[in-house]
Amino acid sequence: MKGTYDKAFENIIRLRIMSILMVNEQFDFNSLKELLEVTDGNLASHIRNLENASYIRVDKTFVARKPLTNYSATEEGKNAFKDHLEFLENLIRENKS
Amino acid sequence: MRKPEQELTEIKSMMERSTRFLSLSGLAGVLAGIYALFGAGIAWYWIYFPDSSFSQGAQKMSGKELMNNLLVLALVVLILAVGSAYLLSRKKSQKNSHKFWSPASKRFLLALFIPVMAGGLFSFGLIHQSYFNMIAPTTLIFYGLGLINASHFTLGEIRNLGIGQLIWGLIAAFFPQFGLICWAMGFGVLHVIYGSMMYYKYDR
Repeated sequence: MKGTYDKAFENIIRLRIMSILMVNEQFDFNSLKELLEVTDGNLASHIRNLENASYIRVDKTFVARKPLTNYSATEEGKNAFKDHLEFLENLIRENKS
Repeated sequence: MRKPEQELTEIKSMMERSTRFLSLSGLAGVLAGIYALFGAGIAWYWIYFPDSSFSQGAQKMSGKELMNNLLVLALVVLILAVGSAYLLSRKKSQKNSHKFWSPASKRFLLALFIPVMAGGLFSFGLIHQSYFNMIAPTTLIFYGLGLINASHFTLGEIRNLGIGQLIWGLIAAFFPQFGLICWAMGFGVLHVIYGSMMYYKYDR
């Protein structure tokens, strides 16, 4: 069977973070928090997890003296997500036939 | 493990919500339409109202004076419409506890205003070259294209509103004597119709 089920995306929050970063070049911490409706700590731990897998990249800057943390998907992360998607699609196809 | 269908739905919904500006207010559309109808009414009074009618009608203005008055009128209508849209959309985003300045809203505004600004400047070019009867179709067409462009980043109905503006703009291009009426239909009536449709669908 083609594609691989990626354990990193087993958690729903991590799956959502990765979905957002697939279609947005970058996304900041507060916008992610708001969209996902999670607490700071919860989001931070899932982000660290994806970061450790080197699926996402962190970019810290200052805008008007306030820290702004932007996240983007790495090449590795994008490929892993595509593999994961392919696995899901194949699974659906097999269930149908 | 979740069902794969569920997982795909989840992915799709997140991709959509992170790229689309969903706080666009329907009420703002209705108000913009009403301002445009008032504006078009005043413009009609200045340009076409006959002296021989039951009242004296407007003082006939010279071409240049008329053009300056019309530009000020257009500017007032534009400021009122954009101002209401900004205030009401911000209120809606606060009500739904969404952030107003999100990556999605910035993308939406950029997609809308690049064609609209280009159309505005192009219209100044037309005024400069004295192609006055091409202004109504130009503003309608550029605004329609802006809406179609921006519809990828907001509620899908905006696309049909854009197509409507485009159609009125093309009609006005071929029948310039009806330019003001087409303008009132597009910026006025279509805004009121789509605004109220969106208000009933999303805002209540």
